[in-house]
Amino acid sequence: MDAFLNSPVAEMLSDPVLYIGLGNGLLLTLEVAAISIVLSSLFGTVIGAMRYSGFPVISQVATTYIEVIRNLPQILLILVSYFVLGLPGKWAAVIGLTIYTTAIIAEVIRGGLNSVPVGQWEAARSQGFSFLQSMWYIVLPPAVVKMIPPIVSQFVTVIKDSSFAMVIGAGELMFKGQILAGKYWRPSQIITIYVIISLTYFAINFAISTVARRLQKKLSVGRGSIGN
Amino acid sequence: MTELFERIGFLQQGPFSVPRWEALFANIDLLWQGALVTLLVASLGLALALALGTLFGVMSSSHWKIARGFSRAYVEFYQNTPLLIQVFMIFNALPILFTGMFIPVIAIGVLGVGMYHGAYIAEVVRAGIQSIGRGQLEAALSQGFGYIGAMRYIIIPQAMRVVLPPLTNQAVSLIKNTSVLAVIAGGDLMYAGDAFAGRFGHYGPTYIVVGLLYFVMCFPLARLARKLESRAKEA
Repeated sequence: MDAFLNSPVAEMLSDPVLYIGLGNGLLLTLEVAAISIVLSSLFGTVIGAMRYSGFPVISQVATTYIEVIRNLPQILLILVSYFVLGLPGKWAAVIGLTIYTTAIIAEVIRGGLNSVPVGQWEAARSQGFSFLQSMWYIVLPPAVVKMIPPIVSQFVTVIKDSSFAMVIGAGELMFKGQILAGKYWRPSQIITIYVIISLTYFAINFAISTVARRLQKKLSVGRGSIGN
Repeated sequence: MTELFERIGFLQQGPFSVPRWEALFANIDLLWQGALVTLLVASLGLALALALGTLFGVMSSSHWKIARGFSRAYVEFYQNTPLLIQVFMIFNALPILFTGMFIPVIAIGVLGVGMYHGAYIAEVVRAGIQSIGRGQLEAALSQGFGYIGAMRYIIIPQAMRVVLPPLTNQAVSLIKNTSVLAVIAGGDLMYAGDAFAGRFGHYGPTYIVVGLLYFVMCFPLARLARKLESRAKEA
C-alpha cells in the first residue's frame, strides 16, 4: 500500500490538474458531439428524404453526396474543415463530423423508409389517407423502429470519432489527455491516463447503447410482422 | 496562353492555385508510398479482424458461459471506446511489454484496426450463426449429409448470404480507419498527405488527391456490399 501511495501514479492521481484537464476535455467532447449529432440528424433527414424521393436531379445530388462522403476517412474531413475551410478548432471538428455523419444518417433514413413495403403506401392512400397522413401514421412508425439501432450506433460513433479532433488541437478529451501525458510522462502514468479516458468514453457510450437496445425492444413490441 | 493564366488571380494565388498543384504532382510519389502502406495495413488488419471476429463470434454463440462473457466484454469494450485511444494504448503499452524490442508503427496500426474491427466482425458472425435455425442442421443430417457436407452445402451458403454484406462494409470502414495511423506518424496515405500539405501549406490539392485515393480504394467495395445486400434480399 505504501509503495502505491508513493508511486508516480498516485502522485498524478492526487493532482487536481488531472481532473480539471480531463473534465474540461470531456465537456468539449460532449459539446462537439452533441452539436454534430443535432446538425447531422437534421441534414441527414433532408438528404435521406431527397434520395428516397426519386425526383431526378434532387435524388442524384443526394446520392452523389452520400456515395462520395461515405468513402472518405473521418480524419480527412476534419483536416479539410480546419486547414482548407479555415474554421477554428472546435467548429472544424463539428463541421467535419457533421459532413460525414449526415451521409450515414441519410442512408439509414432511406433504408428505414425503403423497408416499408410499397403495398403499405398504396393501402393507406386507397383508404383516403393523404401523403402526409400515410407517412405519419402508416410508414414512419415501423420505419423508425428500424432506424433506431443504426442511428444510435452512429451517435456512439460520433462520440468516438470526435477524438480525431485531437489532430487539429481542438482541446477535447483525447487532446487534453495528450497534454497531461506530456506532464506525467512516465509509462505507468501515461497508461493510467489512457485507462481513465477509455473508461470515460466507455461509460458514456455503453449507457447510450444500452438505453437504445431497451428502447428498440419496447417499440418493436407488436410490430413483429411489419418490416421485420 | 501562359500570359493569360498568369493574369487569372485564383489560378496563381489561393488554396487551389496552379503552383500548388504542380508542387503536389512533383512529389506525388510520397502519396503513392502512403497509399501502399495504407493497403498493406488494411489487408493485414483485415486478416487479423476476420480471425478475431470469427473466433469471438463463434464464442459468443457457444453454450459455454465463460466464452460468451469473454466475447461480450471484448465486443462491448472495443465498440464503445475510440479507435484512437486504443491505438495510443498499444503504442505506449507494447514497448513496456516487450522492452528493448523494435516495434514497427505498421504493426501498431495492424493491431489497432484489427482488434477494433474484430469486435464489429464478431457481431456480424454471431448474427450470421444465429440467422440459421438449428433445424437446418438437423434436417441436413437426417437427409444423409455428413457434418462437413451439411456445413458446406446447407449452413455456410446461407450464413454467407447474411454475413457477406456487413463484412464488406466492415472492410470499407477498416480501410478508412487505417487513417488513424496519421496521428502516430504511421507513414500511411493520410500521414503522407498531411505531412506534405503541412510542410508547404498545399492543403487544398493534397487533400483532394488523398480523398480521391481513399475513394478509389473504398468505392468499389461499397458498391459490392450494396450488390450483395440486394442479392441477399431477393433470395
